[in-house]
Amino acid sequence: MNLAAGHPGFLSPTGVEIVFVLVGLATLGAALVTVTTKRLVHAALWLVAALGGVAVEYLLLTAEFIAWVQVLIYVGSVVVLLLFGLMLTKAPIVPPITRDDPSYAEVRAQATADADSGNRWIALAVALAAAATLVTVVVDAFRSTWIDLDESVAGSAKVTGVALFRHWVLPFEALSVLLLAALVGAIVLSKRRKGGER
Amino acid sequence: MHLAYPAVLAALLFCVGLYGVLARRNVILVLMSVELMLNAVNLNLVAFDVWLRDALHAGQALTLFVIAIAAAEIGIGLAIVLLVYRNRGSSDIDRLRDLRESEGPQGGSGGGSSDEASVTPATDNGPGPGPDPAGRQHA
Amino acid sequence: MSTMTLAALVPVLPFLGAVAGLLAGRSAPGFVRPLAVLPTAVAAVLAVIVAVRQGGGAPLRAATELTPTGNDALNIQLALNVDGFAVLVAVLVGAVATCVQLYSTGYLRDDPRYPSYAALVSLFTAAMFLVVYSDDLIVLLVGWEIMGICSYFLVGHYWETPAARAASLKAFLVTKLGDVPFLIGILALASEAGTFRISSIVTRLTSELSGLELERPTLIALLLLAGVAGKSAQFPLHSWLPDAMAGPTPVSALIHAATMVAAGVYFVARLLPVFAASAVALVVMALMAAVTMAGAALAALAQDDIKRVLAYSTLSQLAYMTGALAVADRGAAVFHLLAHGAFKALLFLAAGVLIHAAGTNSLTVMARTGGIAKRAPDAYWTMSVALLALAAIPPFAGFFSKEAVLAAAEHAAFGDEHGVPVAAGWIVLAAGLLTALLTAAYAARLWLLAFRGRAASAPLAVDSEKAAEHVPDEVPSQAPETELASPEPEREAHGHPREPAVMTVVLWVLAVPSLAFGLGFLALPDWFDGGSLAPTLTTSVLATGVALVGGILTYATWRHTTAHAALHPDTDADPGLLLLGPLHRHAAAGFHLDAAYTALVVRPVQGAARLVRFLDREVVDAYVNGAGRGSRLLGAAVRRAQTGNVQTYLGALLAGSLVLAIAAVLAATGNGGA
Repeated sequence: MNLAAGHPGFLSPTGVEIVFVLVGLATLGAALVTVTTKRLVHAALWLVAALGGVAVEYLLLTAEFIAWVQVLIYVGSVVVLLLFGLMLTKAPIVPPITRDDPSYAEVRAQATADADSGNRWIALAVALAAAATLVTVVVDAFRSTWIDLDESVAGSAKVTGVALFRHWVLPFEALSVLLLAALVGAIVLSKRRKGGER
Repeated sequence: MHLAYPAVLAALLFCVGLYGVLARRNVILVLMSVELMLNAVNLNLVAFDVWLRDALHAGQALTLFVIAIAAAEIGIGLAIVLLVYRNRGSSDIDRLRDLRESEGPQGGSGGGSSDEASVTPATDNGPGPGPDPAGRQHA
Repeated sequence: MSTMTLAALVPVLPFLGAVAGLLAGRSAPGFVRPLAVLPTAVAAVLAVIVAVRQGGGAPLRAATELTPTGNDALNIQLALNVDGFAVLVAVLVGAVATCVQLYSTGYLRDDPRYPSYAALVSLFTAAMFLVVYSDDLIVLLVGWEIMGICSYFLVGHYWETPAARAASLKAFLVTKLGDVPFLIGILALASEAGTFRISSIVTRLTSELSGLELERPTLIALLLLAGVAGKSAQFPLHSWLPDAMAGPTPVSALIHAATMVAAGVYFVARLLPVFAASAVALVVMALMAAVTMAGAALAALAQDDIKRVLAYSTLSQLAYMTGALAVADRGAAVFHLLAHGAFKALLFLAAGVLIHAAGTNSLTVMARTGGIAKRAPDAYWTMSVALLALAAIPPFAGFFSKEAVLAAAEHAAFGDEHGVPVAAGWIVLAAGLLTALLTAAYAARLWLLAFRGRAASAPLAVDSEKAAEHVPDEVPSQAPETELASPEPEREAHGHPREPAVMTVVLWVLAVPSLAFGLGFLALPDWFDGGSLAPTLTTSVLATGVALVGGILTYATWRHTTAHAALHPDTDADPGLLLLGPLHRHAAAGFHLDAAYTALVVRPVQGAARLVRFLDREVVDAYVNGAGRGSRLLGAAVRRAQTGNVQTYLGALLAGSLVLAIAAVLAATGNGGA
C-alpha cells in the first residue's frame, strides 16, 4: 500500500492542498468561535459555517454525494432544529452592546457565566492534551502518505449509490427502522401530557 | 494530497468539540459540540476511504449512516432537553445535579434542583430520582 | 433368644425409649409416661433374666468390630462382657431406674419439662447399662461421657434457679477435670496392654502364661484414678456432688446415689488387676478413701439441707467401696455398691416425699414443725429402715456389706492379702471404724430432727410459716435452695395432700432389699470371685459397737439440746452443733474446699479471662475498628468527588482515557521514543 512513493512533499503544495488548508483553517476558526462565543444564537450560526466548511472539504476529497448530504442534513435540518431548541428553551440572549457601554463588563461576565460552566479550564487542559496527543500520533503515522485524487472520483452519487445498495442494503434498511424509532421517541417525549400538567 | 491534512484537521475539530462538550453550560451548546465531534470523525472516514480506494466504500457508507444517526440523535436529544426544561425551568447542564452525594446522612433537598417538580419526597441517597424527574412524571 | 442378645437389648431399649420420648414429647404427651417407664422396666426385667441365665458362672463374651484405629491390634470393638459383677450391677441399675421412673411420674407430674426429663433419665439408664456390660474401654468411655452429659442436664433441670445452673456447670466441669486424665490413662493402658478389651487386659495381667507386666503401672493407675475420683466424687474432686442436689430428688436418687457415682467404683472393680499392680496406687486410693470417708461423714453431720446430708453420706459410703478396692477386694466393694444403691435410692426417694410433705429441705425447719412422721407414714417407716441400713445396724443390708469391707481391710492390715500394702489395710480399717461412728451419728441426727421434732402445738400453717423465716443463721448458703428446689410450694395452704400412690409403693419396694439384701453374703461369693463376704467377729463387734455409741451419743445430745431449746425458743435442737463443737462451722461449709478451689483455680482463670478480654477489646479490636474507621474516612473523601456535575465526570473520564492512550502510544513506540 505504498501509494506515497514519490509524492511531492510538504514544501511544494498542489493547488488542491492550498485550498484544503485554507478552508480547513476557516472551518477550524468557525468551530472555535462556536464553542467559545457568549451568544448562543451566534454559536449556532457559526456552527453552520463550520459544517459548511467540512462540506467543502468533502468536495475537495472528491466525495460529492456526502458533501451534499452534509449540506442538506446538517446545515439544513440539524442547525434549524438546534435553533428551534434554543428558542423553545428561552436561551438567554445577550443584548447587542459595544465596548464603550458602561455596563459592558457586567453584561460580559453575565454572558460568560451563562454560556460556560465552571470547569472551563479543566476542559481546556483536557482538550489541549488530547489535541497534542492526537496530532502528534497522526502526523507521526501519516507523514508520508499520499492520496491520489486524480485517479477517479471516489464519491460521486453513482459510486456511492452502487456501494450503498449493493453491499450495505441491510444496514441501510436497519437504519430506517432506527430513524422511525427516533421519530416516534421524539414525538412521545415532547408531547404534552393531558391532565393539568405543565 | 497529503493524508496528514484531513487527518490533522479532523483531530483538531474533534478536540474543539471535546472542549465544547466539557466547557459549555447550555445543553444545546453541548449538543452542537457533539455535532462537531461527529463531523471530525466523518471527515476522517471520508479521507481514509478516498485514500484506500476501498471497493466497498465502507468509509463513505459509514459516514452516511453517522449523519443519519446524528440527525436522529439531535432529534431525541432536543426532545429530552425540552422536557427537562419544561420540568425544571432550566437547561443548564451543571444545575442538573440530583445524582450528587448528599451533604449529610439526612440529606438536604437537592440544592441545585430546587424546582417545583419535587412534589414527591425525593430521597437524595436513592438511585431513584435521576437527572430527569421527567421520567417520574411520565411513568 | 440367647443370653447375649438379651444383654445387648438391655441398653438398647432405654435408648430407644429416650429417642421416642424426645420425639413424641410435644406431639403426643399421652405417650410420654409409658415411653419413660416401659422400656426401662422391660430392660430391668431383661437384666434380671440375663442375671439368672448367667447365674454366676463363667463370663459370657461377645464382640463385633466397631471401627479400626489404624493399629490392627488395637481395634475398637462393640464387646459385651457378662459376668457376675456385671449382671448384678445391671440388675441394680435396672431396678433403681425403674423405681425412679415410676416415682418421677408422681413426683414431677405437673412439671412442664417432664418429657425431656424422662427421656434424659432413659438415656442415662442406657448409658449406664452400656458401661456395665461393655468389655471395651472406648465403648465404656462413650457410656461414661453420656452419663456425664445427662447428669449435667438433669442437675440443671430447674435451670430457672441460679443454684441449679451453677451446680450443673460445676458437676460437668469437675467431672471433666477427672475425665481428661482418665482418657489419657485408657490410651496408655491400651497401648501397653495391646488391646482395648477389658477382659483381655485382665486375663493377660493375671495369668502366669502371658507374663504381661505393665511398664508404668503407677502412672496408668493414678491417671485412671483421677477419672474415677471425678465420677465417683472422691476427694479432692468430690465437691460437685453436694451441689448437684439442686436437681430433682429422683435424679439425685438415681444418678447421684445409686448408679452413676457407682460407675467409678465398678470400673476399678473391673480393672482391679491394673490397680493391684501398683502398691502406690493402692495406698493413694486408701488415703483418698479415708479422707473422703471421714471428712464427708463429718460434713454430713453439720448439714442442714436433708439432701445435702444424704449427698455427703453418699460420698462417705462411696469411699467405703473405694477402700474395699484399695485392699483389693472387689467382691466386698461391689457388695457394698449393691446394698448402698438400694438403701441410698430409698433414702433419697423418701427424702423427696418428706420434702413434699414438709415443703422445705431444711432439717431445722422440719424439727421445728414436727409431726412429719404422721403426715408421711410410709416415708417415716421406709426411711427408718434405710437409715438403720446406712448406720450398719444388724441385720440390715448395710451391716453385712460394710462388714465385708471392714473384714477385707482387716485381712489386708494383718498381711493376709497377698500383694496389698499393709498400710492401705490399716488406713482403711481405722477410717472405716471412725466413719462407722460418724455414720451412725449423722443417721441418728437426721432421723431425730426429721421425725422426732417438737410436737406441733400451734396451728400448722402459722408454725411452718414462722419456721420458714427462721432458717438458722449458721447455714445461710443453703437457705436459697431450700425454697427453690421444692417443686410445690403451695401445699401448706391446702393442708396435707396425699402423696401419689406410685411414690409410696416404690418406697416399700426399695425397702425390701434395704432390709434383707444383707443375707446376700451367703450367695454372692458364687457370683463374684469366690472370696467370703461373711462378717468376721472382731470387726462386727467393733463396728456395731462404735455405731451404737455414735447413735446413743447423738440421742443423748439431742435430748439435751431439745430440753435446752424448749427453754430458749431461739436456739435449735440440732445435736450436730454440740457434737462437732468448733468444727461445725467448717464442716457445714464442706471444709472450705470450694473456697480453696476459688482461690487456686477460679480466680486465676477469671484473671486470665479478663486479660484475654482486655487484649481482645483493646488490642485486637483496635485494628478492626481502625480498619473500619479508615474505610469510612476514605469513603468520605471519595464521596466528595460525587458532585453530580456530569461534565466533571466526563472530564475525568476523558483525562483518564487520554492518559491510557498516551501510555499505550509510548509503550507501542518503545519506551516513549525519547
